Amino acid sequence: MALLEVKNLDVHYGVIQAIKDISFEVNEGEIVTLIGANGAGKTTTMQSIMGLIHPSHGEIYYDGQKINGIPSHKIVKLGMTQVPEGRRIFSELTVYENLLMGAYTRKDKDGIEKDFADIYALFPRLEERKNQIAGTLSGGEQQMLAMGRAIMSRPKLLMLDEPSMGLSPLLVDQVFEIIKHFHEIGTTILLVEQNANKSLAISDRAYVLENGKIVLTGTGKELLTSEEIKKAYLGG
Amino acid sequence: MEIIMTIINGLSIGGTYAMIALGYTMVYGIAKMLNFAHGDIIMVGGYTIVLFFPISPIVGIIASVIFCVTVGIVVERCAYKPLRGASPLAVLITAIGVSKLLQSTAQSLPFIGSKPKGITYNFGNLQIGSVSISVLTLITILCSIAVMVGLTLFVKYTKTGRAMIAVSEDRGAAQLMGINVNFIIMITFIIGSALAAVAGVFLVFKIQDVGTTFGAMPGIKAFAAAVIGGIGSIPGAMAGGLVLGFIEAICGMVPALSPYTDAIEFAILILVLLVKPTGFLGKKRREKV
Ligand SMILES: Nc1ncnc2c1ncn2[C@@H]1O[C@H](COP(=O)(O)OP(=O)(O)OP(=O)(O)O)[C@@H](O)[C@H]1O
Ligand SMILES: [Mg+2]
Repeated sequence: MALLEVKNLDVHYGVIQAIKDISFEVNEGEIVTLIGANGAGKTTTMQSIMGLIHPSHGEIYYDGQKINGIPSHKIVKLGMTQVPEGRRIFSELTVYENLLMGAYTRKDKDGIEKDFADIYALFPRLEERKNQIAGTLSGGEQQMLAMGRAIMSRPKLLMLDEPSMGLSPLLVDQVFEIIKHFHEIGTTILLVEQNANKSLAISDRAYVLENGKIVLTGTGKELLTSEEIKKAYLGG
Repeated sequence: MEIIMTIINGLSIGGTYAMIALGYTMVYGIAKMLNFAHGDIIMVGGYTIVLFFPISPIVGIIASVIFCVTVGIVVERCAYKPLRGASPLAVLITAIGVSKLLQSTAQSLPFIGSKPKGITYNFGNLQIGSVSISVLTLITILCSIAVMVGLTLFVKYTKTGRAMIAVSEDRGAAQLMGINVNFIIMITFIIGSALAAVAGVFLVFKIQDVGTTFGAMPGIKAFAAAVIGGIGSIPGAMAGGLVLGFIEAICGMVPALSPYTDAIEFAILILVLLVKPTGFLGKKRREKV
């Protein structure tokens, strides 16, 4: 059974249909990527899964349980969360407080403390700046904070919406390393990216989204070598 | 002498405004709505103390807080919650409706009626050197300082308080942390209503006269204070409240100015809006899903 299963999803914004009958799944332990151009419907799909947007039709199952209709905060409690597009850290809170917000649903003090240590080891920058107001961090640091904050909820399934957006090549590499690390510690990953090269390279499977429809699917390797993908997303 | 009295009066009036302004600003920041009925919660608190004061002052204050909080919760659940995500205009009109509903309900209750009610109670004066301060004024100042310090600490150091900041900044991202936004909004209304109750109690003792629209003027002044300070900002509401309080206290000391107190206060509001539309401590915010 898939950890996350999306079935025949339709999403409308008013009269505009942004998602048209898409179905896909993410199995436990996988890294799955949704790739697609601007406006393809990637963020809409991610927000629908988290219950931030309400689909007009279709079902979403997490661990066999139907989750559409459940409020977002309860979906988080089930064991999934998202690093949203544009990072969306809490700019008035400190770095430490942002990370603490990530652990909002948790009650295990010792576990939280241990995770703080792990995150600070992974992102020494965040430890140096833990008492700094998060709004004053650089873009790259904010992305690290958004990723650290999400992992603080110890999700079984972590979704990331364009985590490499707007970062320098060096930082992009770092972001992908961190995603691999999260995966190694047992997190299932659903990634949304425009950087098809890097994301396909680390993905078990991928789906290609075009104008709200899934037009292609395959393993990461298959898609990396597919002519269509090369033309449309890999610049050659 | 005069200066000391002005400072004391400013603190007392400003503290009362600040307590009310905090309700406006927190609800605005967190629920993203203008709670037009907030001033009427002051009225509810005022009548409750009038009614229960004969039993005991303490019982009256506690009853005021409990009753205002209850009304706040009911109003939020029944009138505002169903409109989450509706257009701001629909919410504003509903809030005006709630305000009228509270006023006319009060008027139709047999023990209230349309005639103002009041309490006359002399708290006495405290003589410090050559200065004589009313005990009520002192209690008002101490209480509003306690409220401001307490709320600041609550927001900074408790999980729920930080969640309030998170929700006010980015509701969608807050939900991704597992924060129940409806619960946080409810807490905000509870705090706002409790503070309005306390302010209502102080105002009743001071004005000694409660009509069904008695919350309107302090409500509007406190709203102006919240806007001057930067609506949505907690320290802003405190600062704005104190600014208006001191203006009132100064105007009260200068006979030539005192008839124009309200005009001066609202002129300052307009001036602040012209110079800095976001208020002293307000920020421009992007709205997000
Ligand atoms: N709030 C909204 N109201 C109306 N239309 C919207 C809204 N949000 C998104 N859309 C439309 O839905 C479509 C899909 O948008 P979405 O943000 O999901 O795309 P995306 O694949 O994430 O794009 P990007 O790579 O630019 O982030 C677009 O055509 C967009 O214009
Ligand atoms: Mg997007």
